Amino acid sequence: MRRAAQLALVTLTFAAGVGEATSAGLQDFAAVERGRYLAAAGDCGSCHTVPGSDHPLSGGRPIETPFGVLVAPNITPDRETGIGAWSDEEFDAAVRKGMRRDGKRLYPAMPYPYFARMTREDVKDIRAYLDTVEPVHNPVTVNHLPFPLNQRMAMMVWDKLYFTPGEFWERADKSKQWNRGAYLVEGPGHCGACHTPKTALGGDKSGKRLQGYTLQGWVAPDITSGQGPLADWSIDDLAQYLKTGHNRFAAAAGLMGEVVELSTSKLSDDDTTAIATYLKDVSGPKPAADSSADAHVLAAGGAIYQDLCSACHKSDGTGVPNLIPNLTHAATVNTGDPTTVLRVILQGAQSVATDKEPTGPAMPAFGWQLSDAQVAAVATYVRNHWGKAPPVSEDEAKKERAKLDARTN
Amino acid sequence: MARKLPRKDVVIIGLGWTGSIMAYELADAGLDVIAIERGPWRNTATDYPPGYAADELRYRIRHELFLSPSQTTFTFRNKMSEAALPIRSWGAFMPPNGVGGGGVHWNAETWRFLPSDFVLKTHLTERYGAGFLPDDMTIQDWGVTYDELEPHYDRFEYLCGTSGQAGNIKGKIMEGGNPFEGPRSRAYPNPPQDQPFGHTLFGKAARELGYKPFPQPSGNMSRPYQNPLGIRLGPCTYCGFCEWFGCGNYSKASPQTTVLPALVRKPNFTARDNSEVTRINVDSSGKRATGVTLVDASGDEWEQPADLVVLSAYTIFNVQLLLLSGIGKAYDPAANTGVIGRNFTHQTISDVVSFFDPAKFVFNPFIASGAIGMCIDEFNGDNFDHGPHGFVGGGYMGNVQTNGRPIETTPVPPGTPLWGAEWKKAVKENYQSAIKPGTGVHGSMYSYRDVYVDLDPTYKDRFNRPLARITMDFHDNEIKQNKFLTDKFAEIFQAMGARQVHKEYRKAPYDITKYQTTHLCGGAIMGTDPSTSALNRYLQSWDVPNLFVTGASAFPQNAGYNPTGTVAALAYWAADAIRSKYLNNPGQLINA
Repeated sequence: MRRAAQLALVTLTFAAGVGEATSAGLQDFAAVERGRYLAAAGDCGSCHTVPGSDHPLSGGRPIETPFGVLVAPNITPDRETGIGAWSDEEFDAAVRKGMRRDGKRLYPAMPYPYFARMTREDVKDIRAYLDTVEPVHNPVTVNHLPFPLNQRMAMMVWDKLYFTPGEFWERADKSKQWNRGAYLVEGPGHCGACHTPKTALGGDKSGKRLQGYTLQGWVAPDITSGQGPLADWSIDDLAQYLKTGHNRFAAAAGLMGEVVELSTSKLSDDDTTAIATYLKDVSGPKPAADSSADAHVLAAGGAIYQDLCSACHKSDGTGVPNLIPNLTHAATVNTGDPTTVLRVILQGAQSVATDKEPTGPAMPAFGWQLSDAQVAAVATYVRNHWGKAPPVSEDEAKKERAKLDARTN
Repeated sequence: MARKLPRKDVVIIGLGWTGSIMAYELADAGLDVIAIERGPWRNTATDYPPGYAADELRYRIRHELFLSPSQTTFTFRNKMSEAALPIRSWGAFMPPNGVGGGGVHWNAETWRFLPSDFVLKTHLTERYGAGFLPDDMTIQDWGVTYDELEPHYDRFEYLCGTSGQAGNIKGKIMEGGNPFEGPRSRAYPNPPQDQPFGHTLFGKAARELGYKPFPQPSGNMSRPYQNPLGIRLGPCTYCGFCEWFGCGNYSKASPQTTVLPALVRKPNFTARDNSEVTRINVDSSGKRATGVTLVDASGDEWEQPADLVVLSAYTIFNVQLLLLSGIGKAYDPAANTGVIGRNFTHQTISDVVSFFDPAKFVFNPFIASGAIGMCIDEFNGDNFDHGPHGFVGGGYMGNVQTNGRPIETTPVPPGTPLWGAEWKKAVKENYQSAIKPGTGVHGSMYSYRDVYVDLDPTYKDRFNRPLARITMDFHDNEIKQNKFLTDKFAEIFQAMGARQVHKEYRKAPYDITKYQTTHLCGGAIMGTDPSTSALNRYLQSWDVPNLFVTGASAFPQNAGYNPTGTVAALAYWAADAIRSKYLNNPGQLINA
C-alpha cells in the first residue's frame, strides 16, 4: 500500500517536473493525485483547516493581518457553504485572479498574487482533488475587517498597485531544477506571502523579494541567497529543513512549523531540492554587522545562557544536529528583527514532528523566571556573541511580553 | 453504570516503558490500540524543563513525578503474623505515575541478567545440590532463556542508545567490558560514558585487586543518537539529576525520548490519561477478557471493550488488578497454593561510604549521571563458587555515585554530631572527598514462601477496593549474601586509599521507610507450570489467554541487577510472540 502510494508520487512528480499537461477530469485519478500534491505544495490546509479539526478544508480559521482578522472560508465541495456549486472557471478566477464568484474581490490574505503564477492545469487539478474531500456544511463569515477596509471595492485599488497577473515563465538560461523550484516558490508555495517585506498597504515591497518580514508574532527571516542568515546553509541543508523540519542548524516551529507539517514535508525530495536550488540563487543584501551591544549586557546574557541554555544548546551555541538548534546559524536568531528570539525565550516553542524526524523536541518557556532585562540580555547574547545581529533592549523584551500576553495562540 | 466506548483491538493498562513498547509493536502490526494511563501526560519541555529539572526539593524531596499516596497506596507488614498498615509516605520504593512511568525518573542503568539467572533453580540444584537451598526458598526457572531474549535485549539497547562497553560479543571476550555477561550479538550502540575521577579511581583499584571492572551500561547518552524509530537524543551533560527527575535535555532514554514521538504519529493509536483502570472484565466463562472498566478524572465510569488486554502497570498494581479482577487463583502461603501474589521480591542493596583526605582527593561528586560508574561482576549471580559461603545469589557492585545534590549529599564520618557547627564543618570538609555510591552493592533477592502480595482485609482505596498488602522480610540467605558482598566492596575503597571506610550492611527486618530501589518484582510470575506461575513463557495468562502481563511482576525472583533491561526485553519477546504466533491463532500459546 505504502509502496503504491510512493510509486504514484514518483509518477506525478515526474509529470509535474516535465510540465506535461494532463487532461483533468473529475474522474481522473492522476488529476486528483496531482491536485492533492499541489494542494499540499500550496499549503491550503494552513489557512482553510482549523488545526486539529476532523474536517479538513472546511474553513473557520481566523487569519491575522495587519489590518484586522479574516476568517478562511470553507473550500470543501459542500454546495451551500463550500465551493461545490462553483464551476472550474469560477474556481480558477478566485485562485489566480482574486475574483469571487459574485464579481467582488478577494482580500490578498488569499495569496492569489502568487497563485497567479500557477498553470491553469495545476489549478484545475487542485479543484479535482478538492471535489473528493468530504463536503462539510460550515458557513463562515470571512470579513471581520473594520470600515472602510471591509469594503471590498477598496481591493480594486490594491490590485492595481500590487497584483500582476500572468503565469510563471521558465527561464531558458536556468536549469530544469531551478525553474521547478522557482515555480514552486513563486507560485503555489507562495513563500513571499510571509518572507517578502510588505508596504503599508500590505503589498509586496518591490525589489525586496524574500528578504524577511514579521507577521502573526513570528519572524519570517530573509531567505535569499546566501548573504543573510542562511549564508552557511547548503542546498541540502535547506532541502532537509523543508522536508523534515530540522537540519544541523535549525528547527521549524510556529508558522514555519505548520508549513513544514502541512506542506513541505509532503513534497518529493526532488521538489524540496528544487526549491532550495532556487532560493540559493536569489540574491539578497548582506546584513550590516552590529557592534553596538553593551559589554555588560553581553556578559550578563552569557551568564544566563550558560546557566539556562547551554544544557541543550551547548556552551558554544552549536546545539545538536537535527535536535537542538545551532544558535550560531539559525536564521530566526541571526536576523534583524528579534521577535522570534524573544517569543521563544519568553514562551518556549514546539518544533515540528515529521515522518522523517519524529522527535519534535520543544524549548521550554523562560518568561516566568527571567525579567525583561534578563530576557533582553540573553537574547542579545545569542544574537550578538557568535554573530553580529543587533542587540535587544529591555523595552523590546517588555513589549514582546505584553504582545504575547495579549495573544490567544 | 459504565458507558461503553468503541471496541478496540488492544487495550493497554499503563503507558510506561512496557506499555509504550507493546503499544508501538502492536500498533505497528496494524492493530487498533488504546492505552489507558492513571496519571497525567508528561512532556520534557512542560514537565521537567532545564529551567527547573534540577530542583532537588521539588522532585526528590516532594516527589513531584510520583504517585501520591493520597491517591492510592499499599499496606505493609514484615511477617504474616502482623497487622499491615497503609504506607502514607513513600520510602523503600517509589511508585511511578503518569505517561512514561518509571522510565521518566529512572537512572537508566540498562543491564542484562546472566544466562544462569533464567534457569536459576535448575542451575543451582545441579551445581550445589537441592539441599543447599533454604527450605522456604521458592525460586524457579523462568521458562525463557537468555539466548531467546538476546535479540530483544538488543532491540531495547538500540532503542535507548545504551552507552556501554561490550564484554562478550558472540562468545568473544572483549577487553574493558563485563566478561561475565551472556554473549551479545553486537556492541552497544554508543560508547561508554566518560567516568569522573572517583569512578575512574574505583576502576583502577578494582583492576589492581584482580577484578575486571567495566563501565556501567547507561541509558544516558555518551553522544547524540538517533534510534531505529528515527527519534533523536542529545548528549548527556553529566548534571547529576537523573533518578527521581525527568531529563530536561533529551539525554536520558525514556518512553518520551525513544518511543512516544513515533507512537503518537500512528493513526491507530490513542491514549487516555488521568484515567484509572479499576477492573479487567472477563466473560461468564472466566476464560476470556472482554476489556477493562476505567474511571476518568471526572469520576465517570467507562467500559473499554477490547479483544486483547495488556496489563503493563507497575509490579504491585499488576498483581492487585489481577486479584481484584478475579483472574488466576490468589496465592495462599499457608496452603502453598495459588499463583497471584507469590514470589514477590525486591532488591538487596547496601552501601559503603568512604572518606578520603581532602587535601589529596577532590571528586567533584556533582559531575555524574544516573548510570555513571565503574562496576565489577565477580560476585553476581553464580559467577563465583557459593559452596564455602553458605548462601546463594549475589550482585554487581561499583562506584555508581549518581550525584552530589546538596540536600542529600552530606556524608560525614561516623561519630560526627548529627547537627550543629561540628556537623557543618564535617560536611564542608568531606563533601568533595567522600564517596557514597548509594546502591553500591546491588544484590539479588530470591523468593520465599512467606514474601507475597495479597488484598488487605481492612484498608480500601477511593473506589472502595481493597489495597494491595505487602508481606516482606529479609531472609538469612540475603543477609549473608549482603555481608559477603559489602565486605568485598569495602576492600576496593580501602585499596583506593580511603582513610575511613564505613560499611552500611543491609539488615533485617526489611525497612519500608528506607529507599532500596524501586525494583519490586514478582507476584504475577512467568514459568512453565500453571500451578506455580501466573503466566506462560510469553507473559500470557494461563487462565485468560487474551491477557498478557508485562513488567517485573513476571520475574520469578530478582537477580543482582537493575531490572529495566530485562523488563523491556520480555516486553519485546511477548510482543513478538503476539505478532508472530498469537494473532494468527488467538488462544493459549502453550499447552501445559
